[in-house]
Amino acid sequence: MLTIRNLHAKVADKDILRGINLTVKSGEVHAIMGPNGSGKSTLAGVLTGKDAFEVTEGEVLFEGKNLLDMKPEERAGEGIFLAFQYPVEIPGVTNNYFLRASVNSVRKYRGEPELDAAAFLKLVKAKAKVLHMPEDLLKRAVNEGFSGGEKKRNEIFQMAVLEPKLCILDETDSGLDIDAMKAVAEGVNALRSKDRAMIVITHYQRLLDHIVPDFVHVLSEGRIVKTGGKGLALELEAHGYDPIKAGMATV
Amino acid sequence: MFTKLFAPFDRDATPRYRALREEARARFATLPLPTVRSEDWRFTNIAPLAETSFELPNALMESGPAAPKNKLQFHFLNGRFAPAISSPVPSSISIGSLANAPSSLPLVGKIADVRANAFTALNASFVADGLYVTIPDDVILETPIEIIHYARSDEKPVVIQPRTLIVIGKNARATVVERYFGGQTYFTNAVTEITLSDYGVLDHVKVQEESVSAYHIANTQVVMAAKSNFTTHYLSLGGALVRNEVRVRFDGEHAEATVNGLYLADGKQHMDNFTVIDHAQPNCASHELYKGILDGKSHGVFNGKIFVRKDAQKTDAKQTNKVLLLSDDATINTKPQLEIFADDVKCTHGATIGQLDATQLFYLQSRGIPLEPARRLLTFAFANDIVNRVKIEAIRAEMETRIVR
Repeated sequence: MLTIRNLHAKVADKDILRGINLTVKSGEVHAIMGPNGSGKSTLAGVLTGKDAFEVTEGEVLFEGKNLLDMKPEERAGEGIFLAFQYPVEIPGVTNNYFLRASVNSVRKYRGEPELDAAAFLKLVKAKAKVLHMPEDLLKRAVNEGFSGGEKKRNEIFQMAVLEPKLCILDETDSGLDIDAMKAVAEGVNALRSKDRAMIVITHYQRLLDHIVPDFVHVLSEGRIVKTGGKGLALELEAHGYDPIKAGMATV
Repeated sequence: MFTKLFAPFDRDATPRYRALREEARARFATLPLPTVRSEDWRFTNIAPLAETSFELPNALMESGPAAPKNKLQFHFLNGRFAPAISSPVPSSISIGSLANAPSSLPLVGKIADVRANAFTALNASFVADGLYVTIPDDVILETPIEIIHYARSDEKPVVIQPRTLIVIGKNARATVVERYFGGQTYFTNAVTEITLSDYGVLDHVKVQEESVSAYHIANTQVVMAAKSNFTTHYLSLGGALVRNEVRVRFDGEHAEATVNGLYLADGKQHMDNFTVIDHAQPNCASHELYKGILDGKSHGVFNGKIFVRKDAQKTDAKQTNKVLLLSDDATINTKPQLEIFADDVKCTHGATIGQLDATQLFYLQSRGIPLEPARRLLTFAFANDIVNRVKIEAIRAEMETRIVR
């Protein structure tokens, strides 16, 4: 589904990604862990087309198509979804309104007919039920005045409604207490399927107790320095990132 | 330039308001049209208007379907009342052409002062037709009264002088919508006089969608008695050169006024919003929120005056002007002006000027919404602060369509 080859990117003349290689197949859940500043969020930004990042080398293919040539909205149309680390507040636009614009833009991109208000409401209500999302959140302005937990749940809710092929979760656990994190993880797990891949970016292992990955990659200084199964996350939790960094230095 | 129109106008007009017209004309002769040297017109150059030679309008055919029975629509075509396409008036209220207004209605020309303003004097120089609306004491009218002005120049540019008088009785409640639109180049010079008795409530909305080459100058003047409540939403979309004046005077205690405006300009449109809130009595509250959205090479002006007179203690006045600039070539001049002569008052004012937020744009794009629709959605979000406060659903929907398209 996703192939990243030798990806280099910089932000304001500072090299952040220095040769990422990663292959993600449908149905797989990949965790990307790493210390602050290792390039985790840059990778998420590059995959979704944030223009602050400049790709200097390498390629990214999504279902065989060159992702880096696409605008952010085209990537969404192709089926890529980023759950933001810091979901953006949009006062003046209700969640409902925003989601309908989003769903219909994606449908239009795919050449599907747009949903009318009634069909959309039906879809949204069904998804809200599955995720135990309070319906009143839909009537409120996008993320405005939402608690940290509500914001993250709202991201997962959007993900559920848009049904992407590839979900990228950027530090979805940050700023959440344990109950809120569990609720979010439950939502994510409900969306796992054999047709959908996920990249879970996280600093801490604790999220991976709840969203159990198939692969764990350790990112350090812009490269994937170690790949393993879910046990790798536990190892990192016990010993921290330093032994891996030290190992790198001696290689 | 306009004086040559007086004699031909009088040939057709009711003699009823001749004295008022004569007084206004005498005053108009002494009031030069404003220039940018006048403080209140510093940012608005009316030279294009002053240099145009306007004619009296032709009568337009009253064609089109009759107004729906469940509505209260009153049409004016080129400034003339068109009863054939207007609604019948329910017996609980009184609405009609000023030409036929009951003699017990002596308020015409008493609220908007011809002495102060050349354009108001110009309008009064042509008083004949126009609409009066009287909501008697204790009458609560649910259906909005819609006053619809359509103007069109067929050959030479025409000038129309819409005039409206709204009288809200004690404990009475009503909603009035004024709507202005048209075709080609013409000049609408509108005066709306509003008076509210004790405990009267008026919800006023103005939708200005004149043609892109039209001139629109309007003076809405309001006098409020004790414990009355007045709200206006001034929605400006059309016109090449637009000046919206709203003047509210508190004439009794514990009255409350909400004066909101939304102005959307593009291309070379110029929109000037001029408001005066006169706290002449104690214990009154005014809330003012104007939002501007400026694109292209458009020019917006906001000039908000608040007077708090010496005895107007416990005044609560709040004024905010927020502007969204969608292009590098758009300009805004904003000028709050507070003159406070009482000492126990709460008065605040603030102005912000900003652009669309890149983080919000990326968020929308990452959800599949292309850049242009995302920009429009965020623009609508900005406008929504005003639009959402309009109580009439159809107008909210109309504004959404206009902005989001």
